[in-house]
Amino acid sequence: MSLSTDDVRKIAFLARIRVPEERLEPLAGELNNIVGWVEQLAEVDTTGVQPMTSVVETVTPMRADVVNDGAISDRVLANAPDGEGAFYAVPKVVE
Amino acid sequence: MSDLRDWTIASAADALVKGDVSSVELTDAFITAMEAGRTLNAFITETPEIARDRATKSDARRKAGEARGPMDGVPIGMKDLFCTEGTRTTAGSHILENFVPAYESTVSGNLRDAGAVMLGKTNLDEFAMGSANITSYFGSVKNPWTPKGANANLVPGGSSGGSVAAISGGLVIAATGTDTGGSIRQPASFTGLVGMKPTYGRCSRWGVVAFASSLDQPGPLTRTVEDAAIMLQAMAGHDPKDSTSLPMALPDFRAACTRDAKGLRVGIPKEYTLDGMPADIQKLWDQGAQWFRDMGAEIVEVSLPHTKYALPTYYIVAPAEASSNLARYDGVRYGLRVPGSSLDEMYELTRGEGFGTEVQRRVLIGTYVLSAGYYDAYYVKAQQVRTLIAEDFRKVFADVDVLLTPTAPSAAFAEGEKMDDPIAMYLNDVFTVPASLAGLPAISVPGGLDANGLPLGLQLIAGVCQEETLFRAASALEAAAGFTARPGPVAGTAL
Repeated sequence: MSLSTDDVRKIAFLARIRVPEERLEPLAGELNNIVGWVEQLAEVDTTGVQPMTSVVETVTPMRADVVNDGAISDRVLANAPDGEGAFYAVPKVVE
Repeated sequence: MSDLRDWTIASAADALVKGDVSSVELTDAFITAMEAGRTLNAFITETPEIARDRATKSDARRKAGEARGPMDGVPIGMKDLFCTEGTRTTAGSHILENFVPAYESTVSGNLRDAGAVMLGKTNLDEFAMGSANITSYFGSVKNPWTPKGANANLVPGGSSGGSVAAISGGLVIAATGTDTGGSIRQPASFTGLVGMKPTYGRCSRWGVVAFASSLDQPGPLTRTVEDAAIMLQAMAGHDPKDSTSLPMALPDFRAACTRDAKGLRVGIPKEYTLDGMPADIQKLWDQGAQWFRDMGAEIVEVSLPHTKYALPTYYIVAPAEASSNLARYDGVRYGLRVPGSSLDEMYELTRGEGFGTEVQRRVLIGTYVLSAGYYDAYYVKAQQVRTLIAEDFRKVFADVDVLLTPTAPSAAFAEGEKMDDPIAMYLNDVFTVPASLAGLPAISVPGGLDANGLPLGLQLIAGVCQEETLFRAASALEAAAGFTARPGPVAGTAL
């Protein structure tokens, strides 16, 4: 499997990262090297092997279902690049 | 206080108890060193006011008979991946350049509550992605060590490069690190320090800027094994705010350091012998095994057959998790925003400008391996191989107590090396990644110097939650190695 510049353009959009047009081709080369290298996993027989879902097997404790935080919108919004009152402001979404 | 690098957590705690030094005196001396040692670029943000305030309070507590234990009053560095309330937390990234958290991470809060004095936030690879501390938006970090007879600037390793440079250069007594695939252990090896990654879940990840959530684990960077035990005791513990944090009581880590290695079964995994590995590293590894034999331990050759697949597995799992975690940087709620004419364009421009090259590369790889049609072939396959890798370790630990390996396949290298080939850089973590994938506790202990006079570490790995065995073996190894070498003083710092 080899990634074309079109594939890289598509992945970059999925990741919402603007990649300059002239970077697409070199980036395709870099990503192909990495993808080609990780593809050696194909030679491992994983028939019937469960994918790992938990690194250390442990019981997840339950906590009381209570409200223990909140009403701090000023602190939540303190780092927002743009805001209006108690809201985040974003560019117009609906045309 | 002639050479600040003489201080350990244990010796500082002793001196504070005896009243030989106050926390304010100690803290002032290290603040002076931190400011004089700026050539290392070890800190992104210095916090001398916070340090003096905490030191003053520590001295007052001690005077009132309310000292909180061995960390109380001890100056440390905090990796700039831990959110600190009211103090800028950047993760080494442009996208978080001006982020000031409204909350304190559990680990940094635990250390604060134990009385530790934070001197500043240490530099790191951007989002902890790197093995040389050359990807930080705030510039690369300089290793205080230099090769014999040469004038090259060496990298300190990564991603916790600022933390190790600060300790090694005598700017702090100890520092926090985080380890995803080797980011505590490899830099410790490059700077002649002790770096310990606990069992996944020992330390809370709450408030630690996320890279790969199933792998990320905070841990201590120190001069001695005993210090690592003391500091881990203060950092670790169950945290209801991290659902993967282990709901278990902590053993007494420091007590484990006093037991000898007699009767320990030490495994040597044969798959960790690499073609082209420097002779000095093989020699030190053999020497390490001999030290254990001399101390009455038993050396056993063992096999971890899936070792060679650990690195490619890691480079699917870690970027996949990173691409999900880093999706939060959208220019809306916090961090950098670059305006665009539409919401999508704003996202793209913000992330295109806010993330550096290596972070973008990993997010793109992660996006690709998680995308429709490829998820099973890459991500599920990698998690299956990960199960096999963990299974290898589980079988081996039925027979041995610890594993002994080199920490890294090379000593510290010069800035500029391995930069044009991402995979060559990834290979730095070949010995540290397997334990990360299996969630196992592991530690790097300085073993000796190579032919160029640069430090080399040996790694010990133990089974899940077997930190006591790990500290026991590490203390014995440390005593046998008797490593006392230091780099020359950092220009500008008084010794």
